[in-house]
Amino acid sequence: MKIHEYQAKELFQAVGMPVPPGKVATTVQEAVAIADEINRPVMVKAQVHVGGRGKAGGVKYAENLEAAKIWAQRILGMDIKGLPVNKVLITEAVEITSETYLGIILDRVTKCPVIMISAAGGIDIEEVADKTPEKIHKLAVNPRVGLRPFEARNLAYKVFRDIKLVRQVTDIILKLYDVFWNVDASLVEINPLITTPINQVIAIDGKVNIDDNGLFRQPEIEQMRDLSAEDPSEIEAKKAGLTFIKLDGNIGCIVNGAGLAMATMDLVKHYGGDPANFLDIGGSSNPEKVLNAMRIILGDPNVKAVLINIFGGITRCDDVASGIVAAVKELNPEIPIVTRLTGTNEAKARKIMKEISLPTAPTLDEVVKKAIKLAGLNEE
Amino acid sequence: MAIFINKKTKLLVQGITGRDGSFHAKEMKKYGTNVVAGVTPGKGGTKVAGIPVFNNVADAVAKTKANTSVIYVPPAFASDSIYEAVDAGIKTVICITEGVPANDMMKIYHYIKHRGVRLIGPNCPGLISPELSKVGIIPGNICKRGNIGVVSRSGTLTYEVIFALTSGGMGQSTCIGIGGDQIIGTNFIDVLTAFENDRSTKGVVMIGEIGGSDEEDAAMFVKKKMTKPVVGFIAGRTAPPGKRMGHAGAIISGSSGTAADKVKALNKAGIPVATSPLELPALMTEKLKEMKAKKGTVKKTKTKRSTKAKKK
Repeated sequence: MKIHEYQAKELFQAVGMPVPPGKVATTVQEAVAIADEINRPVMVKAQVHVGGRGKAGGVKYAENLEAAKIWAQRILGMDIKGLPVNKVLITEAVEITSETYLGIILDRVTKCPVIMISAAGGIDIEEVADKTPEKIHKLAVNPRVGLRPFEARNLAYKVFRDIKLVRQVTDIILKLYDVFWNVDASLVEINPLITTPINQVIAIDGKVNIDDNGLFRQPEIEQMRDLSAEDPSEIEAKKAGLTFIKLDGNIGCIVNGAGLAMATMDLVKHYGGDPANFLDIGGSSNPEKVLNAMRIILGDPNVKAVLINIFGGITRCDDVASGIVAAVKELNPEIPIVTRLTGTNEAKARKIMKEISLPTAPTLDEVVKKAIKLAGLNEE
Repeated sequence: MAIFINKKTKLLVQGITGRDGSFHAKEMKKYGTNVVAGVTPGKGGTKVAGIPVFNNVADAVAKTKANTSVIYVPPAFASDSIYEAVDAGIKTVICITEGVPANDMMKIYHYIKHRGVRLIGPNCPGLISPELSKVGIIPGNICKRGNIGVVSRSGTLTYEVIFALTSGGMGQSTCIGIGGDQIIGTNFIDVLTAFENDRSTKGVVMIGEIGGSDEEDAAMFVKKKMTKPVVGFIAGRTAPPGKRMGHAGAIISGSSGTAADKVKALNKAGIPVATSPLELPALMTEKLKEMKAKKGTVKKTKTKRSTKAKKK
């Protein structure tokens, strides 16, 4: 799960990390009021879950209230890479003498949180990693021991010389590690961490991604979820206990298991179709889930055919079949539905499916080809 | 003689009285696995399908000499269950549970690293050595005893591949799902190493997916260290970046972890990659033939040299 910059900064502030004063606004009036309260030049920053906000014109400097008003008007309601901007962060504009990158990621290879610091701050860190990896200093922290002050200090020394700055940065690294660990983050990032002419170190940006598996014990973070930033069909699917990701294609896919769902989508593409979604109905397959899955997929006007591919293990084919029959009766789909149900209770499923007689295919490849053909996409 | 589990496996089921735990304990027993005990705190002294239930793992191990444990407890308690199994001296732990926080898993990984424990999972279907032992949830009826090893990050996709192999007349030595999470106990290289050293395995099918760089690392390993043929499949060619495709670990971060990169890495290491899982048996047959032919030529040149040496 992603949270917004202003929320990340709230987490930073809560542990005593220095961030510039600021507040989030949803209207122009609010934005102006906050700028007035700050009573100094401000930054107007779009709050969207996408990188490259600045380049897209979503981050602007406002010298005075008038400018703050104009930028808030322009940025609120703007569309950045397909996402609407519903909130802006109004924050004090600080004078910058240097920009540093500081981040902690969950590293799959070392199985440790890895802290990264680089003097090449303010720009896309992936680009730095790609072109000049030697500019990034890394430290894998033993998660059982935790981050020790000397380790944080040594990292700070990689970028700073002045002991006053080193002390501040050391403190920030230690606190950022606490944030990472305490909120079950998979990534925390300050880009840039800046120094000011009077040698203060401040986090002027913040990014925090949360490990979804940790959310059950992070009720306060769960409260930060911005539903307006998520696809409505994905929210509906989540409520129904389905893992669903909306795509732009025309073949709706209902599959059990994430790996098989991806493989099915890949074959749809391979045989000339375009998957409309990723959908995993999960292990235990009550018929209700299948009905909900069908409802969500049939609600997408781009979908020209639905492909149901089930390899029964824990998932029982007869359960899925009952769900399909119920869905067809209730939803009266006008587009072709092609099914392949194999594995646990396959024979029972076949009996149930007789009631509605949908086109079927015996194997993965064949069911994909049939769906594409019936969708009328592959007529040469 | 298969890897990780075999006829000597004495299995303990943690969470045996739960819905999934009890169902699969019965399934495993039916398959022929030696399920010796179950654990659910508060249910000690009862039985599930004739399997004695204990209040804790230490008691169960003391009474039954269980040497392997499978975990079916909810995500909030799964990490505690892993610690309990490890502290009771169990050396092979399989965690089926999906949704264990990565922070917990990082700590566990570093706890077990120096204790000689083999942890498989979490978020995995477990493993099966056909006709010898099954630990986890892989359907036994689609498997057949043979000499192909299967290793995968997925569940049902693995079943699809096993089914294709069995249908194509290729039995399996061991099929293992290592799990779809970001932090897992056993990775591709661990399993490939075990298959390379296992005399009953002649070739390996490796099923990867988007996210991380385990497949790339495994490809390097195959190229440098393996003598047995490996064929592969990578799921997620159509996955959009930044979205978690069901599995916690199946996410393309920035530009890394894409299917295209992984396919490239595998091909570079001489591992053919199938477009459809159904092509895997044919790819494996071809690879095995190729290997045989190569071995033949090696032998021939050897004999030639020896004759030459004799002449001298």
